[in-house]
Amino acid sequence: MTAPNTAGWRPEMGEAHSGDDATYTGNRALMLEERLIFEIGDTATTGVDLDPAPAAPSRLGGLARSTPIGLPGLSEPETVRHYTRLSRQNYAIDLGLFPLGSCTMKHNPRLNEAVARMKGFKDVHPLQPKETVQGALAVINELAHWLIKLTGMHAVAMTPKAGAHGELCGILCIKAALEARGDPRDVILVPESAHGTNPATAAFAGFRVENIPATPDGRVDLAALTARLGPDVAGVMITNPNTCGLFEPQMKEISEAVHAAGGFVYCDGANFNAIVGKVRPGDLGVDAMHINLHKTFSTPHGGGGPGSGPVVLSEALSPFAPLPYTARTADGVIHLIEEADAEEFEREHFGKPLNSFGRMTAFHGQMGMFTRALAYILSHGADGLKQVAEDAVLNANYVLRSLEGVLDAPFAHSGPCMHEALFTDHGFAEGFSTLDVAKGLIDEGFHPMTVYFPLVVHGAMLVEPTETESKAALDQFIGALRSVALRAKQGDPALKSAPHFAPRRRLDETQAARKPVLAWKGDLTGA
Amino acid sequence: MPRYFTQDHEWIEVDGDTGTVGITDYAQGQLGDITFVELPEAGTAVKKGDAPCVVDSVKAASDVYAPVSGTVTDANSALADEPELVNSDPENGGWLFRLTLSDATELDGLMDKAAYDAYVAGL
Repeated sequence: MTAPNTAGWRPEMGEAHSGDDATYTGNRALMLEERLIFEIGDTATTGVDLDPAPAAPSRLGGLARSTPIGLPGLSEPETVRHYTRLSRQNYAIDLGLFPLGSCTMKHNPRLNEAVARMKGFKDVHPLQPKETVQGALAVINELAHWLIKLTGMHAVAMTPKAGAHGELCGILCIKAALEARGDPRDVILVPESAHGTNPATAAFAGFRVENIPATPDGRVDLAALTARLGPDVAGVMITNPNTCGLFEPQMKEISEAVHAAGGFVYCDGANFNAIVGKVRPGDLGVDAMHINLHKTFSTPHGGGGPGSGPVVLSEALSPFAPLPYTARTADGVIHLIEEADAEEFEREHFGKPLNSFGRMTAFHGQMGMFTRALAYILSHGADGLKQVAEDAVLNANYVLRSLEGVLDAPFAHSGPCMHEALFTDHGFAEGFSTLDVAKGLIDEGFHPMTVYFPLVVHGAMLVEPTETESKAALDQFIGALRSVALRAKQGDPALKSAPHFAPRRRLDETQAARKPVLAWKGDLTGA
Repeated sequence: MPRYFTQDHEWIEVDGDTGTVGITDYAQGQLGDITFVELPEAGTAVKKGDAPCVVDSVKAASDVYAPVSGTVTDANSALADEPELVNSDPENGGWLFRLTLSDATELDGLMDKAAYDAYVAGL
């Protein structure tokens, strides 16, 4: 027998190689370098082949375009590849743990997606006759029912399209309630541990904002809050659990004090994931709270889908809720109540006063998110939702306790955290900052955590793992963060220039903010 | 000319009834690279503790409080193109705005340089 021909089947390793060389294309193996669409497109290429438009008199008159539009043309495969290549440079919850604090980047269950893609939900139009979309309206009505149940509140405004939009809705309800009783209060109190959008919302609605300090253990200073209450205070905006990842145990006392002084309590519900199924904000005296369906109820966000921020309301604020809303009458028909019919409808069916402040949106809200959120609630059930909160808190505490020996954890002494763990830059080597740790985590293959927020601690790092991560995933993340944190403490100079392995090295964020280049400056029209 | 400091890290230098306001070197160090400064318009009346000016950095947007009450007369227009002056020269060329003091006795509650340095050393 002759010896087998072994040429080619046993690959030989070349000399050890640094791998720093540039390639001809700029690609690095399967990580593809991609230029701007304006740089790869031209005016001669097109993805569609249309017949010339028939000559017809234009009705645009002087408004008709007389110059080339200047948009790049690409063939269909070029277009598909352009966006697919860009998508490969993105980080997403479908790729790995996404520890952004206060963002609740949890898994988006595929069951939700299957439900949202059912024909009766995805192919309906908001202007269709209402009798042809009873199923879709039933979803809105059913979801509204469960949101009210879960929060122990009186009513819910479903139309707001994200968290801050929901805040605005709640604050406008408070403003309308004050106007209705002829009470010109114009101050909203916002604790230091609140979300950054809270003071912006209050200011946008025309209120003056005053800060309430935090106690050394990261909670609202009840004494300072009570001392500030008075006839000019319209209400408070409290984030609970707060942005230090802590529950506000004195929420009830806060609500009672605010109510006794004639004000209203707005609760930022962005962190509801930590308490869903465990605590009903209505029992704590809350008057209005937005619920981020895209956080607690698992609908996609952060580039994956639009937000949705229904606002649950107390009995005192319900009459001022925005239109339209759904209501089921005794005959089983679900109505979408608009301006024209609202007052008569309320009188006829429910005998309630109606004093709506107006509307937040053109239509009924974020339908695609309603179907997903309802699918999530019904598939989890009461016990499942309770376990969501428990596991979210357990995972965050696992992160906190695993890292408190390496990273400074300012409130770890005050007991367990809720859904997120807060660390600071205390103890890093001279010249090393939270930003360096965030960039180092990119090299380790993770999206960084929330940095420099909340402002109540120095160089904040806020980690929210959510309940959908396995122990193995948490351990890998903890190991990566520990490794990077140790490099910051030891002063590893290589960390100062991280990331080293991302498609781009460290970008000049200062220059990007000072002299932003927001538009492509080239010229396609001259071609 | 006397210069006074606040616990919120503003400085004010007083010349007759005119005060020039900026943030301290410690403050700019804490904020990091300044990217934008929102300045008050001349004629704006401010009370001590109002926030007529906002400093944006890569980390945060921070209010600058008026150390005393008065009427704004001028703002540092160079900061529109060069906000980095607040980082490189915070207590001189990176000044923010000037005002006419309405009540010079309000200066009594502020710190002098030695007291401010001691205050910062204790933070």
